[in-house]
Amino acid sequence: MRRPSVGPGAWWLAAVTAVLIGAPPGAWAQGDADAGKAVYDKWCAGCHGDNGGGDGVAAAYMLPRPRDFTRAVYQIRTTASGALPTDDDLRHVIDNGMPGSTMPGWKSRLSATQRDNVIAYLKTFSRFFEEGAPEPEPVSVGRPPKVTEESLAEGRRLFIDELQCNSCHGDAGRGNGTSAPTLTDDWGFPIRPADLSRNWTFNGGGEVEDIFMRMRTGLDGTPMPSNWDIVESEIITEEQLWQVAQYVRSLSPEEVPRPQDVIRASRLEGALPDGPDADAWTDVRRYYVPMVGQITVAPRQFVPTVDGVWVQAVHNETALAMRITWDDPTASPDPEWDEYFQGLAQVLTDVDGPLEAQGPDRLAVQFPVQATDGMERPYFLGGDSRRPVYRIMWTSTPDGIVEGRGTGLTAFRSNAGAGATHAAVFDDGQWRLQLTRPLVSPDTTLAPSLPSGEAIPMAFFASDGTQGGGDVRGSVSAWYAIYLDVPTPRRVFVVPVVAALLTVVLGMVVVWQAQAAHRQSGS
Amino acid sequence: MRRLVASAVVIMLACGGDSGGGDTGGGTAGGEATVAPLGSGTITGVVNFTGTPPANPSIDMSEEPACAEHWANAAVDPVVSVQDGKLANVFIHVTAGLPAGPYPPPATEAEIDQLGCLYSPRVIGVMVGRPLKIVNSDPLLHNVKATPTENRGFNRSQPREGMSTTVTFNKPEVMVPLECNVHGWMKGFVAVVPDPYFATTGADGTFSIGGLPPGTYTIEAWHETLGTQTAEVTIAEDGSGSVEFTYGG
Repeated sequence: MRRPSVGPGAWWLAAVTAVLIGAPPGAWAQGDADAGKAVYDKWCAGCHGDNGGGDGVAAAYMLPRPRDFTRAVYQIRTTASGALPTDDDLRHVIDNGMPGSTMPGWKSRLSATQRDNVIAYLKTFSRFFEEGAPEPEPVSVGRPPKVTEESLAEGRRLFIDELQCNSCHGDAGRGNGTSAPTLTDDWGFPIRPADLSRNWTFNGGGEVEDIFMRMRTGLDGTPMPSNWDIVESEIITEEQLWQVAQYVRSLSPEEVPRPQDVIRASRLEGALPDGPDADAWTDVRRYYVPMVGQITVAPRQFVPTVDGVWVQAVHNETALAMRITWDDPTASPDPEWDEYFQGLAQVLTDVDGPLEAQGPDRLAVQFPVQATDGMERPYFLGGDSRRPVYRIMWTSTPDGIVEGRGTGLTAFRSNAGAGATHAAVFDDGQWRLQLTRPLVSPDTTLAPSLPSGEAIPMAFFASDGTQGGGDVRGSVSAWYAIYLDVPTPRRVFVVPVVAALLTVVLGMVVVWQAQAAHRQSGS
Repeated sequence: MRRLVASAVVIMLACGGDSGGGDTGGGTAGGEATVAPLGSGTITGVVNFTGTPPANPSIDMSEEPACAEHWANAAVDPVVSVQDGKLANVFIHVTAGLPAGPYPPPATEAEIDQLGCLYSPRVIGVMVGRPLKIVNSDPLLHNVKATPTENRGFNRSQPREGMSTTVTFNKPEVMVPLECNVHGWMKGFVAVVPDPYFATTGADGTFSIGGLPPGTYTIEAWHETLGTQTAEVTIAEDGSGSVEFTYGG
């Protein structure tokens, strides 16, 4: 049972409180716009443009595009759909960034005064923020009800049957609903519905209060509407809307996944799982491996679909099995997504040549061919000629893998490898891939053996064919390591039992002696 | 079907004319005489389309059977709606020559419906400040998103049949686009005008703007893909003028 915690998402509650207890007069224009211009020109204009049009020099590489301030249309608000944001709304985004975009948080980079001044300045880009106009009022919100199994089930029912969130977000919330391929933002750029199972990527924060507020007020400038009319029409209650927010929160892990340097493959006696959906995977610990767009080697990927994979691993006497899971709205190529692809192709024309066609989805895992000494690793982007990597590369269409030697992302030669096998499943916006490989390599000049008891460097590459991804245009991870647990020696089981027995015997001896002494002294 | 007729009547009442006349209402079918007409002159006209009109895109409504069933044949997006050489869904309004306002808007609601996953009417005029009721008559989710530049936009979810949202626009703007993101083909246009002298051409391409005093007026015709045209019309003391616009060819 998950009880969503009140985390940083409660910032807007503070905003509401501030209004209730009476914000100081003049709060609407407390920053100094002239001073804000200097900060803006230095830190913001590169993306948002000198005149706030969202058209800075870096904008062409971004999707979603940087905010165009001239229309004063803002996603993250505590105010009604179509209303201007409060200063606190703007401050929230500046402080925390937009995790679903390239906007970083500035709280630790700019002083409070600098941020206030920037807020005052960016409001000058739109005539909608007129001087002397009253500050927009935050909407009122109640308190979240208690979460129970039943309330989550009701939230799911409302998500699908009543609010029909799945039209865009998909039944499992992975951003793969039937309307998802056709969505554009107010500026005509392709946009994708949030993957609701990764709340750490939500633009306005991932806690239940944040989710409720986004549903309540909508994300202006995007296709996400306000879902408040249905409450005002008394078709559902505010409590039911909270239940939807709580259900959405329950789709993500309780805590933001923290990457671990070492992925442990536990040792199984007997057979390995026979596919990515085998029951045996259920209890295997999963590790999150974050990934970023590959922006070093052309063609680069600035707007990757895959920003992380979940990895699980087990081994037995003879082989290693890894299960790699990641969200992707499509099994590419998918004709339903042609419109999205065409939109992307029109928007990203400046980035390393045109996107020509949808391709397959891809995933690759790489290891150094030769054991590494110390901390030295091959070049993380597919190795280099001095330190080549052994890669297993999977494509979705046709569904197959190749093994081989990489000396760079653009330099890969397939070879016999070590006899890896695979099985892949696509299910409702998620890929699950099992890669299995013998521990012992028949030819260690082609592929390394995988010994137990040591950390073996390992890194990942993924790409989404619906974005025109390939072997180079995709996402990459840093080097991680896989550690195959050594078989547990028998003495590990015997020693504690012997120790326990000895303790009991010694204890009985002590008691017996004490009782004997007592009897002697008493007689 | 009954709903279609009903909402069509509402729209005609709301617009105060059989081919979508202005908000004056006075003296015409609307009967909402909240604004006293300034005169008795009428501009009538027709919008022609010569040559072969561009083919309208067909709409794949297979994901929404409730909408697909609404249309007898395969659904088509009526972008350029031509019948017997006459063009419908052209918005006509007076852009110069009117006495200075202000013109108070009617308190009654204008109405636009979502029916069969299309807006009905596709093009509607409302006065600044007049309430516009946007109704969902489909048994499924629509979101109503307006993306104006002069006015503030909005984006509101209507997941149930019969839900409605009433909005007002405070600044003149021709046009405020409406869209539904669940059904990417749905496009509607709301003309927000400061006076009651406007109309939308009906299926027969005609329009009529009444209640005008004598004078010389600039009339603009607007079409969503074919662009705008202007014409000058003079209304004499006897009170009528006519104008013809021609697209295509």
